[in-house]
Amino acid sequence: MSGIIEGSTGTWEMVIGLEVHAQVTANSKLFSGAPITFGGEPNTQVNLVDAAMPGMLPVLNDYCVEQAIKTGLGLGAEINRLSVFERKNYFYPDLPQGYQISQYAHPIVGKGEIEIDLPDGTVKAIGVTRLHLEQDAGKSLHDQHASKTFVDLNRSGQALMEIVSEPDMRSADEAAAYVRKLRTILRYLGTCDGNMDEGSMRCDVNLSMRRPGEPFGTRCEIKNVNSVRYIQAAIEYEARRQVDVLEEGGKIAQETRQWDTRQHVTRSMRSKEEAFDYRYFPDPDLLPLELDEAMIERVRHSLPELPDAKKKRFISVYGLSPYDAGVLVAEQTRAEFYERVLAGKRDPKVAANWLITELLGGLNKGGHDIDASPISADNLGELIDLLADNTISGRIAKDVFAEMFATGKGAAAIVEEKGLRQVTDTGAIDVVIDAVIAKNQDKLAEYRAGKDKLFGFFVGQVMKESGGKANPAMVNQALKAKLAG
Amino acid sequence: MSLTHLTIAESVKKLESGEISSAELTEAHVRAIEGARALNAFIVETPELAMDQARAVDARHGKGERGVLEGVPLAIKDLFCTKGVQTTAGSKILEGFVPPYESTVTANLWRDGAVMLGKANLDEFAMGSSNITSAYGPVESPWRRQGDNRPLVPGGSSGGSAAAVAARLAPGATGTDTGGSIRQPAAFCGIVGIKPTYGRCSRWGTIAFASSLDQAGAFARTVEDTAIMLGSMAGYDPQDSTSIDLPVPDYRAALGRSVKGLRIGIPKEYRVDGMSGEIDKLWRDGEAWFRDAGAEIVEISLPHTRYALATYYIVAPAECSSNLARYDGVRYGLRVPGKDLTEQYEATRAQGFGAEVKRRILIGTYVLSAGYFDAYYIKAQKVRALIARDFSNAFKSCDLILTPTAPSAAFALGEKTDDPIAMYLNDVFTVPASLAGLPGISVPAGLDSSGLPLGLQLIGRPFDEETVFAGAAALEKAAVFTAVPQIMAV
Repeated sequence: MSGIIEGSTGTWEMVIGLEVHAQVTANSKLFSGAPITFGGEPNTQVNLVDAAMPGMLPVLNDYCVEQAIKTGLGLGAEINRLSVFERKNYFYPDLPQGYQISQYAHPIVGKGEIEIDLPDGTVKAIGVTRLHLEQDAGKSLHDQHASKTFVDLNRSGQALMEIVSEPDMRSADEAAAYVRKLRTILRYLGTCDGNMDEGSMRCDVNLSMRRPGEPFGTRCEIKNVNSVRYIQAAIEYEARRQVDVLEEGGKIAQETRQWDTRQHVTRSMRSKEEAFDYRYFPDPDLLPLELDEAMIERVRHSLPELPDAKKKRFISVYGLSPYDAGVLVAEQTRAEFYERVLAGKRDPKVAANWLITELLGGLNKGGHDIDASPISADNLGELIDLLADNTISGRIAKDVFAEMFATGKGAAAIVEEKGLRQVTDTGAIDVVIDAVIAKNQDKLAEYRAGKDKLFGFFVGQVMKESGGKANPAMVNQALKAKLAG
Repeated sequence: MSLTHLTIAESVKKLESGEISSAELTEAHVRAIEGARALNAFIVETPELAMDQARAVDARHGKGERGVLEGVPLAIKDLFCTKGVQTTAGSKILEGFVPPYESTVTANLWRDGAVMLGKANLDEFAMGSSNITSAYGPVESPWRRQGDNRPLVPGGSSGGSAAAVAARLAPGATGTDTGGSIRQPAAFCGIVGIKPTYGRCSRWGTIAFASSLDQAGAFARTVEDTAIMLGSMAGYDPQDSTSIDLPVPDYRAALGRSVKGLRIGIPKEYRVDGMSGEIDKLWRDGEAWFRDAGAEIVEISLPHTRYALATYYIVAPAECSSNLARYDGVRYGLRVPGKDLTEQYEATRAQGFGAEVKRRILIGTYVLSAGYFDAYYIKAQKVRALIARDFSNAFKSCDLILTPTAPSAAFALGEKTDDPIAMYLNDVFTVPASLAGLPGISVPAGLDSSGLPLGLQLIGRPFDEETVFAGAAALEKAAVFTAVPQIMAV
C-alpha cells in the first residue's frame, strides 16, 4: 500500500521512524550472571542483582558488548570507542532497581544504514540513527489474580539493543520491509533470534503526516507493536486518524499511543505533559565503556556474509535473478540450504527453481520455512542429478519430489522402488512408437496430409504407453523420423 | 589489663600465644555491650553468633595458618549486608530484612578469622553527621564535656561503630565514608578512622548511599589496628566494577616508615571563617610535630575547596535519589498497602524513610530533573573534576595533606539538629577528599577546653594508603593521646 493518502483537502504523506528493541542472544544477562532461556518458570532466572537486593552491583557482560558491536558492524554503523551507561529512573514493580540501566547521551553504536527492497525492484536506504544497550524490565502479569498483579523477573536485566531509525520511511510497506530486513540481518549475525511472537524483537512506531515536500509534522509514538502485520495495520490506522484530525482543522498532540490488538486501533496512553522525567544520569556503579581497536577488529573478522553481499554474489556468481536471490537470502537457513544443494557442482538456476517453487512453495502452504523441510539438501541435489543425467524425466521428477516431500525418502530410492527410471533404450522406444503408429493409422494419414499438430498427440500416446518413463527428447526424435516415413 | 582494653594487635598476639582464648575475649566484649546499651551503639547484638565464631576459632587453634584477625571480635556498621543477620541501614524501610548474602568486606574479615559482635547503629542510609537520623534512635557518644552530663553526638554516619570502639565495646569496627562518615565520628570519639581510596574496598553487599563516593573503612583505637583491619577488608572484587585491581600492600609494614623528608601540605583555604582557636592551635601542633619528626611543611592551595560542600550536596543526593528507588515495598522490607500502586509506593516510602533521607531524595530528584540537570548535576560534576585537579596539583609539591578533621568537637544531642546547613558544615574538611576519591585518616590529636577529643586528618595520594599510615603513625606518636571517654567498659 502506498504511503500517500488522498484526503479531502489534498495529499498527505506518511513519515515513519521505528525504534526496535532486540533481545541480545546471550547465555546470561547484561549485568548479571543469571542464565536466560525462553519460557522458564516465573522467577527462576533471577539472581540478587536482577532482583535489586540492597548492595548489589551490576557487572557488564562482555559478550553482550561484543554482540552489540557485531550488530553495529552488520549495519555498517560507527562503533563508538567510548560509550556511557546511564540510569533511566522510573518506578514500576517489574523494574526492581527503580531505574533501567541504558545508554543515553553516548550510545555504543552511531549512524548506520539498512537497505530495503521496494516492490518496484528498487532499493532504498533507511538511516539508522543509533544502537544502544540497555536492560530489559521484568513482566507484570495482570491476569493471574482478581485483584493482584504478579511480577516475573526472569526477563529483568536481559540485554536489549535499541535500534533507532531515521524518519526515512514513507509507507507501511517500507516500515514492514525495514523490520524484516533488520530481523534478517540480526539473524545472520546471531545477535538476536528475531522472534517477534516470543517478544525477543519489539517495535515502537513514530509516525507523522505532512504535505509532500513540507517539513515534518507532529508525531505520535505507538508503543510495543509486536508483529510485522500489526506494524502495517497500526501505521495505516494511525495515518488515517491523523489525516482526519488534520483535515478537520485540528492539531496532532505529541503523545504516546497504544496499539489495541483486538480492535485494531491506536489509543492515547499519555500526553507529552504526562511524559515521565526519567532523570537520566551516568550510572556511578559502572565505568564508561571503552572499546579497544583489537576487540572491534576481532569482531569484524567474525562477521558472516550478510544478506546484501550474499544476494549480490548469488546474482553474479550463480546467475540468479534478483528476485530469486532475494528469496534465497531472506533467511540465512535458506541460503545455506541452497548452497548445500549446489554442492559446488549442480546447476544453480535449476536448483533455485526446485528450492523456491517446489520446496519453499510446498512448505509455505503449511506455514513453514526451510527449517521444517522433510527433504534434505542432499536428497534434493540427488533428484536434480537424476534429472540432469536423464535417469528420470522432468515430469517424473515432479512425482518423485511429491513422494520425497510426503515421505522424506531419497530420490534414487523412490525411483528404484517405483521403477521410474527413464527409458533411453532406442530399441525399446522404437517398439512403443511402432505400436502406437500401428494403432493410429488414420491419424498417421492426417499427419502426413499436413496436420502437424497431431505430432503432440503421438508424443502423448508414446509417453502414456511407456508409463511416462520414455525419454521425451528421444521420443521426439524417433517419432519425427517414423512419422515422416 | 582488661580484655576490652586490648588493642587488636595486642589481642592477636595473646590469642596466637594461647594466653587468651577468643571465647574469653569475645565474651568480655559481649558483656561490655550488654552493659552499655544506653549508648544505643548497636541495632542488633549477635552474642550467640559471636560466641560460636569465637569457639570455632579456638577449636582450630594451632592448626593451620592463622588469619590476621583470628579470634578478634568486631562491630559491623549496619550498612554491610551480613548473611542471616538483620541488616537495616538504620532505616525503618529495611526493618526485618535478613540478607541471604554477605558483603565482600565482611566476608574478607570472616575469612581472616574475625568474629562479629553485632550490627552497629548509624545515620539512616549513612546520611548524617551526628547519628541522630537513625530509625533505631540516636547513638550517644561515650564522651562527656567536663562538668556537663548532657549526652553528646558521636558524629556520623558511622556513629555506632565509633562509639563502640571508643567505649571499649569492640576493639575495631567497620565503617563507611561518603563525605566524612568515618573520619568525623573518629575525631568526635577520640579514635582512629581510615577511609581508603575509592575503589580500594569492594562496595558489593554494602548498602549504597552515593555510589561514586561510598567507601568502606575501619575504626580502631590505634593507627596500627586500622592498618591491620584495612589490610583484611581491602582488595579487588570483580563483582564491583569500580573496585581497583591492585595488590593490597602490607599496611602494617608502612607504619614504621620515617616521615623524615616527607612534604606535608597545609591548604591555606582550609582556614575557614569561624574556625575555633582550639582547632587552629591543634592544627599548628600537628605541623610542629611533623616538623620535629623531620618532615617539611609546605603551604598548598586547593582553590576550589569552597565549592566542595555545595558540590557534594548535589552529587550525593542525586545518586541517593536513584539508589534508594529500589526500596519500593514490592520485594522486601516495609510495605504499606494502598488502594493502588501509586498509593502503596507513597505510603511505603513516606513511612519507611526518615526526614533527612526524604530531604536528600527530594534534593537529588530535583537536581536531576529536566531543566535543572545541567545547572546542578553537570555543573557539580565539572566542579568535582576541578576539586580533584586541585589535589593532583597539590600533590606535585607535597606528599600528604594535613587538616583538622572537623571544625569543632562533638556537640550535644539536640544542638544543630534544626539547621541542616549547619549540620552539613561538619563535613567541610572531609568532603573534598571524598569528592576526589582520596584516602584520608583521622587521628586523635588533642582535647578541646571542655575535654572533648579533636582529630587531625591526613589526606594522601590515590592508593597511597601506606604514606597515609606512616604519617598517621608519626602523628599518633607525637600527639600521645591518652584520654579516655567517661563512659567505658572496664
